[in-house]
Amino acid sequence: MQKKISSNPFRGTPEQEAKLKEIIAANKHDKSRLMGVMQEAQGVYGYLPIEVQNMIAEGMEVPLEKVFGVATFYAQFSLSPKGDCNISVCLGTACYVKGSGDIYDELQAELGIGGDECTPDGKFSLTACRCIGACGLAPVLTVNEEVYGRLTKDDVPTILAKYGK
Amino acid sequence: MDMINCKVNGIAVSVPKGSTILEAARAAGVEIPTLCYMKDINAIGACRICVVEATGARGLATACVYPVAEGMEIKTNTEKVQQARKTTLELILSTHDKKCLSCPRSTNCELQKLCNDYGVTGTEFEGFKPEFAIDDSAPHLVRDNNKCILCRRCVAVCREQFVGILGANDRGIDTHIGQAFKLNLNDTPCISCGQCTVVCPTGALTEKDDTAQVWAAINDPSKHVVMMTAPAVRAALGEEFGGEIGKNVEGKMVAAIRRLGADKVFDIDFGADVTIVEEATELLGRINNKGVLPMITSCSPGWVRFIEQYYPDQLAHLSSCKSPMQMSGAIIKTYYAEKMGLDAKDIVVVGVMPCTAKKYEIKRADEDAAGVPDVDVSITTRELARMIKRQGLNFNALPDEEFDSPLGEDTGAAVIFGTTGGVMEAALRTANDWLTGKDNTEIEFQAVRGAASIKEATVEINGMPIKVAVASGAKAANEIMKKIASGEADWTFVEIMGCPGGCVTGGGQPIHPQYVRDTVDIHALRSKALYDADEAAVLRKSHQSPVVKELYENYYKGEYGCHKAHHDLHTTYVPGKKF
Amino acid sequence: MKTVAELQAVREAAISEVALRTGDAALAAKSKYKRNVLVCGGTGCTSSHSQDIIDTLNAEIAKHGMTDEIKVVRTGCFGLCALGPIMIVYPEGCFYSMIKAENIPEIVEEHFVKGNIVTKYLYKETVLEDGSIKKYNETDFYKKQIRVALRNCGVINPEDINEYIARDGYQALAKCLTSMQPKEVTQTILESGLRGRGGGGFPTGRKWSFIADGPQKYVVCNADEGDPGAFMDRSVLEGDPHCIVEAMTICGYAVGASQGYVYVRAEYPIAVTRLQIAIDEARANGMLGKNILGSGFDFDMEIRLGAGAFVCGEETALMTSIEGNRGEPRPRPPFPAVKGLFACPTVENNVETFANVPQIILRGAEWFASMGTEKSKGTKVFALGGKIKHTGHVEIAMGTTLREIIEEIGGGIPNGKKFKAAQTGGPSGGCIPARLMDTAVDYDNLTAIGCMMGSGGLIVMDEDNCMVDMAKFFLEFTVDESCGKCTPCRVGTKRLLEMLDKITRGNGTLEDLDKLEALCNYIKANSLCGLGQTAPNPVLATLKFFRDEYVSHVVDKKCPAGVCKHLLTFTIDKDKCIGCGKCAKNCPADTIVKTDYIAPGHKLPSLKILPEKCLKCGACISGCKFGAISKQ
Repeated sequence: MQKKISSNPFRGTPEQEAKLKEIIAANKHDKSRLMGVMQEAQGVYGYLPIEVQNMIAEGMEVPLEKVFGVATFYAQFSLSPKGDCNISVCLGTACYVKGSGDIYDELQAELGIGGDECTPDGKFSLTACRCIGACGLAPVLTVNEEVYGRLTKDDVPTILAKYGK
Repeated sequence: MDMINCKVNGIAVSVPKGSTILEAARAAGVEIPTLCYMKDINAIGACRICVVEATGARGLATACVYPVAEGMEIKTNTEKVQQARKTTLELILSTHDKKCLSCPRSTNCELQKLCNDYGVTGTEFEGFKPEFAIDDSAPHLVRDNNKCILCRRCVAVCREQFVGILGANDRGIDTHIGQAFKLNLNDTPCISCGQCTVVCPTGALTEKDDTAQVWAAINDPSKHVVMMTAPAVRAALGEEFGGEIGKNVEGKMVAAIRRLGADKVFDIDFGADVTIVEEATELLGRINNKGVLPMITSCSPGWVRFIEQYYPDQLAHLSSCKSPMQMSGAIIKTYYAEKMGLDAKDIVVVGVMPCTAKKYEIKRADEDAAGVPDVDVSITTRELARMIKRQGLNFNALPDEEFDSPLGEDTGAAVIFGTTGGVMEAALRTANDWLTGKDNTEIEFQAVRGAASIKEATVEINGMPIKVAVASGAKAANEIMKKIASGEADWTFVEIMGCPGGCVTGGGQPIHPQYVRDTVDIHALRSKALYDADEAAVLRKSHQSPVVKELYENYYKGEYGCHKAHHDLHTTYVPGKKF
Repeated sequence: MKTVAELQAVREAAISEVALRTGDAALAAKSKYKRNVLVCGGTGCTSSHSQDIIDTLNAEIAKHGMTDEIKVVRTGCFGLCALGPIMIVYPEGCFYSMIKAENIPEIVEEHFVKGNIVTKYLYKETVLEDGSIKKYNETDFYKKQIRVALRNCGVINPEDINEYIARDGYQALAKCLTSMQPKEVTQTILESGLRGRGGGGFPTGRKWSFIADGPQKYVVCNADEGDPGAFMDRSVLEGDPHCIVEAMTICGYAVGASQGYVYVRAEYPIAVTRLQIAIDEARANGMLGKNILGSGFDFDMEIRLGAGAFVCGEETALMTSIEGNRGEPRPRPPFPAVKGLFACPTVENNVETFANVPQIILRGAEWFASMGTEKSKGTKVFALGGKIKHTGHVEIAMGTTLREIIEEIGGGIPNGKKFKAAQTGGPSGGCIPARLMDTAVDYDNLTAIGCMMGSGGLIVMDEDNCMVDMAKFFLEFTVDESCGKCTPCRVGTKRLLEMLDKITRGNGTLEDLDKLEALCNYIKANSLCGLGQTAPNPVLATLKFFRDEYVSHVVDKKCPAGVCKHLLTFTIDKDKCIGCGKCAKNCPADTIVKTDYIAPGHKLPSLKILPEKCLKCGACISGCKFGAISKQ
């Protein structure tokens, strides 16, 4: 899978930017520390959106594409933020035939985001996952650690409402 | 030098220590196929096509990177090797769109040729194949990743151009070449140099084909179509028709364009001559009035785009002169239109260029002397060849013909614009005459010739030492700009061309397979064609051009750099962004 | 510590503090502590809350006013992770296993205060019938082990340089700097027969001797342990980080390098923290930096973190990654010894290899060469996992048989199942079938049977494992982790996986098996780096030893182990089924329906599964209390 690029508006704060500038200043003498800077930047922002990668590219004096190439190579780097509530829909075979695909679509419609994306307010993010071994409850989804089973797409608004949508 | 003795397919060769198997094979006259390899800049061993059997190597050896050892016996085409290459090609094809029929690179594709050589059909493997949208956002090129074989030659040249907007993203089977964050090419600091299209072995990177616009204009009786060619085109066009590299085909080129149906065939050399007198005037003005120095040439739109994006605060160094192509267009739509009694709107000016960045340049702001774009369409040498083929012309059998007048006459100074150092030399010839007030006969400035990416010289003009620098390729340009931006540069005049080697090796020139580029000095051969033409020319200084004389006497009223000339022939620059 | 004399003084002062643990009663008497309580602070035990145990211990000990008598030490991993959290109490050496924080007050009260060992919390093998107690190192798991690389793991506090020094730490470095020429150091390593523990088994001394001349050279420690199921290097870094600092410094001295890098996976936070502490401590104590121990030799090192890319375990990819790039491998030759990190001559070894170095220097090449087999000297650490009782890591002499490792040390296969194969070398390795269980494990024997030592992951499989599925599992891993640079690995492994998938779905043919094998051999011969060159090994090894399983999949369309779900049939035994309908409710595909048959003694009609709609998810089986549903 190619890494999904978030289209969320960037919510970086001046404090975060100041921190990133500090990180860059401490490392820019040694271009080989690019990855370390990216790791620390992800620690500050939670992910590496284009705005952050631009600052890194400019600060470390490397092309933006180089930063992006590194970001998409290593599993650790993320290009999209996680919401406060991370909803994970099981698209394993058992859940899928029971309509988890419809639920996934419904969630996308309700939240106005695609898979591996986060709502603009940072509240919800949505992912699909492989079988979580709860086929007896199919179709299932999890919100953070909480498991919801035997769902229909009509249950989607109720679940979302529970988490403050 | 330490030499290593080895055998390639039984042929004994002796090569310098450190040579690769590929180099040893070439020395033995044996060609080993390659796809990803580019001498010096892309020895990455990624494609695995060049595998051979070699004694001492574990498994198959990667010829492009594996150093030869004393007594090594190399076999380049055993059954095992052939089988490996076949499988590699089959695997490549299993992720390739295999749409050869309509591919602009068909018959000139390194992958296609290899598949043909090895009898590979692309039916051995099936399975997941990534699908990519075609990126045609930029005016100069089209990226079709469905044809990409991930050789990374484009990545290497883009990095060598210092731009680095192309790179490998994601990993494993999802690896793909692209721009950061999947930005459209047009939204990146690409400088439009098109070097990637020259090195791409397949049709994944091609110039944007604008020939349809030219055909439409030719077929429109209400349009007066002027086609004009840049100096470097004549030194390379013949290669598209099997001719030897660097043969000057000016006469046949003119004949062919005329037979396409152009109303006039002009030589952009006249614009180059005008450029020199305008630029020399500007330079002397800057020297006399303590203006911003060094002044840097602005003929190359790839270079102009580079400085706008990468050194936006240094634009005052750029000469305000339009490029020769744009000057030519401007003069055609003003002076020539007036002289011929034509409305500028009815003239379609087509530049035939060795360059892809010209496609971007014609869309720049402040390039419209007559209120309409100075140049309407810019096609590359390759596109011209495509038109000639579609027209059914037997290029090699065409007679040699001459450019049309009044804008077909040129000087030797203009012709050498097509190679790195040429603009500088042309400018020095004129400056020398002007400052000494003589018609000097010592006119060849050897110090600024040659393929080196940066050349520096101190030339004496009228007893005054002038420091100059010549750079080609954006990486060299960056070196120059670092010095200028830091204030440590003491040059008076700098020539910069965006492509390594200048226009003769521009991004729009005929494409040769990598083994040719590795083993033949294309730049030297094409440049020689231009220097030979210069030497053979009667007039070799721009200010002596009859077109220049006529233009400034009758149209610009005797003044170089006058207000009207300034309006028509100069432009402005806009700071851009690197990120 | 600026001089060797100062180092010796520190050692003299510290040595009694660890004497309880090493069993030197006379020395131990010099320490104020009467008792040492060692709690495992490795990753495994930490995730089962060993830190809570330490906190509770400290609180309870303080409550009883015994803080001056009892020293609580957080150590690295003891190895027997299956029994964690682990706590060892000295001087008795008794072995508390699977301890919970709530057990601590009782243990402190009874054992530490009253002197009565709380046997109910001890690992049961250590409690003998007569009520006496076996020391932890006398158990089956430990008694056959020889600890060289792991000698300090579970013995010292890894965050205290003095405890390391007490265990002869930095003595080897002092010996090199004061009495050995760099060439002698390399010669000693060469003579010891030490081979690279990262997988390839290249002689370490030769690697060191190949280093080219140059103004700048580097020493790199590969701690990017990425094989699924392997955690030997993590244990060393967590339990004995100073030995890596010392070994790299020795290597730097031997090859003339002044800078080292340790490339550690970011997924190992505890290892990273402890290694950083060790580096800082070493620097503060003059064991790193300028003019080490007054010898004029300078060496320093820094940590670089990986970011989740298996291929970075390949030495050239690792260097590309340290340089700040996508971790793509480079062609070899040129080898790193000539042109490595930042294009300078570089020696790279993995953690376990380095961990052997100080002991070899101190005890001599002959001592090391006396262990192991003819061409594989010394010991090897294995991480035991899969279907084995004692999951954890062990260090054994080279040449120990697989049977000894699995049956004696590892405690055998749980649940009375039959051993089928042992997988070594992770995604690069192969498998050893039951009939080769008496193979003496060393580099050459494993290679001879088409397997490889690898970095030491040893996954045990029983009769319930499908070997085709196993091969597919590793291929999935490789495909995910392929860097994408070279064609054979990028596309070839994907095509391999697709073929395996086809076979596990019952769509394969016998010709596909030949094609599979041909593609495997092609990828091995043509890939750019070790990852691709070894990626087909799990397929080739299973094809070699378990071809019959492949044949079952393609000819009979059956998975003998009952794993490949597309080849399974779920059936309900009509006589066992009571017709309760639980399975039908669980079935996500509504594929279970009533029959008109009522079994004798039952009230409701039994159910049946409609095979064409069945998803083979197994939800029915797990819900049936009557054992009426089976899969084949």
